[in-house]
Amino acid sequence: MDYGLRSIGIGERLLPRTDFTLCQQFTLIGSGMIWNIYFGVLALAAGFFLSITVALGKAARNPVARKSAEWFIFIFRGSPLFIQFFFAYFAFLSLKQVSPIFDPLTSAALGATIVLFLNTSAYAGEIFFGALKSIPKGDLEAADAYGLMGWKRFRRITFPTMLRLAWPAYTNEAIFLFHATALVFFSGFPAWQQRGDALYYASYFADKTFNPFVPYPILAFYFILLTLTVITVFGAINRRLTRHLPQEYRPRMRLRPMLVR
Amino acid sequence: MLEVCDDPQALAGVQWLTCYLTSGKHLLFYQSFGTVMLLLLVTAPVSLAFGFAGAGAARSRVAPLRWLGKGYTSIVRGVPDIAFFLFFVIALDQAFEWLRHQVKCPDWDAPIRQGSDFVVCAQAKLPLSSSPQWVHESYGFALAVLTFAIVFGAFAANVLYGAMRSVPRAQMETAEAYGMTHRQAYWRILVPQMWVYALPGLSNLWMILIKATPLLFLLGVEDIVYWARELGGSKTARFSDFPHGDWRMYYFGALLVFYLLLTRVSEVVLDRLMARLSHGQATAAGEAQRKATA
Repeated sequence: MDYGLRSIGIGERLLPRTDFTLCQQFTLIGSGMIWNIYFGVLALAAGFFLSITVALGKAARNPVARKSAEWFIFIFRGSPLFIQFFFAYFAFLSLKQVSPIFDPLTSAALGATIVLFLNTSAYAGEIFFGALKSIPKGDLEAADAYGLMGWKRFRRITFPTMLRLAWPAYTNEAIFLFHATALVFFSGFPAWQQRGDALYYASYFADKTFNPFVPYPILAFYFILLTLTVITVFGAINRRLTRHLPQEYRPRMRLRPMLVR
Repeated sequence: MLEVCDDPQALAGVQWLTCYLTSGKHLLFYQSFGTVMLLLLVTAPVSLAFGFAGAGAARSRVAPLRWLGKGYTSIVRGVPDIAFFLFFVIALDQAFEWLRHQVKCPDWDAPIRQGSDFVVCAQAKLPLSSSPQWVHESYGFALAVLTFAIVFGAFAANVLYGAMRSVPRAQMETAEAYGMTHRQAYWRILVPQMWVYALPGLSNLWMILIKATPLLFLLGVEDIVYWARELGGSKTARFSDFPHGDWRMYYFGALLVFYLLLTRVSEVVLDRLMARLSHGQATAAGEAQRKATA
């Protein structure tokens, strides 16, 4: 098919206009998933580090670090992602007028990734903060008894335990981050040359054919596939993080439906 | 409109801003905040009812009803909710028109789906093409409410189903020991006790609902996002009495602040409500309250 890589600009230029076949819808919506995966993976990978920083900041004794982390989390968790996208897009547009250096920010590829990155950092930061607070007291006392201090203590005791405790919730966060990527092209960021994500194409077909019963189930199929992949990957990591624990203490992964951002 | 504002060109500074912010379109913008609050207030109870029905069905002893309830509670798990919003709005609209078509035009023989068109007879159109503008608007709004209620009902069903299961088993056993029927035990024992278990989940849901309201824009309702885009875009002196550059950033900044305030206020109120509901309950929160006063 000519539409397999359409969403990144390779292949047939014109989208189908008449005589929509099932095959076309499948390929085009599937090709849109490239964007969803791109946004999700990039934001998650970068957001992982910022979220740990934010969690440590919120747990810090220094009031400046604590307050700024709290405000960061409040702003990004307390407002809709949809509005954040709009605001960021128009803010980037005004920046563009200041200097052409900011040009790439107005594209979805960079600008939306930044918003998603900050957003997921705030949500995951809260998750990691919760895990940090629930590290068993005994673990930290044992670290003290061994004379572990500072970075070494963080690296060997605090960080692995925090990660292990937070992992089920973090998996959930990852899944809903992928779902949130569907908002990008509906919130200001333009789909340049009709290179959009899966939902963009699905709604394109629904608009053209007036029949929502084909494209949206296809989209649902792809997203369920993506969700299952995320669960498999994160489940494997979870098994590695908990491999030293006896079987019955290992936390089970539970998917909680929540978080429309 | 204020009288000073009759000649906008002559104004400057604060006065210009006051006149600008009280222009007719801005009043519509302020009204749309009302639309959002109305949506919240209508959707919350309706989706709670949907959720209650869904959770009840998921616990049912009749297998098909149980499958229906379980299916409903799990539709929201794998797929982005925005896809549901976009799907249900069209699907519901077509379903209503199709039903009316079946009732009002039984002797219509042309197929309804003709290629890329969805054709029903003129009497079955919703709303009727002859009806006034406000009917069109409120029909759009009602569709949006129903869509929100279906999606959030599924979320709520999940929460309530979990809450029903966290009511201590001994309570139900006691009810059975007293000879209550299944129905009596459900309404008199289970339902009154489950709310305290459900409240954390439901308050979470309320926050999510608040944050989902800007999606109204995608459903074609003229809400705050619509007006912020409309009013913020740059205006030249030819088309507007109040020419200005691209101010959409400031408008969306204001929306951001609005939502932050709304979530903050809800957080405080829900915390108070939780404290009140936990009072005297055999839960950790209730126990903590007892210890604090003792």
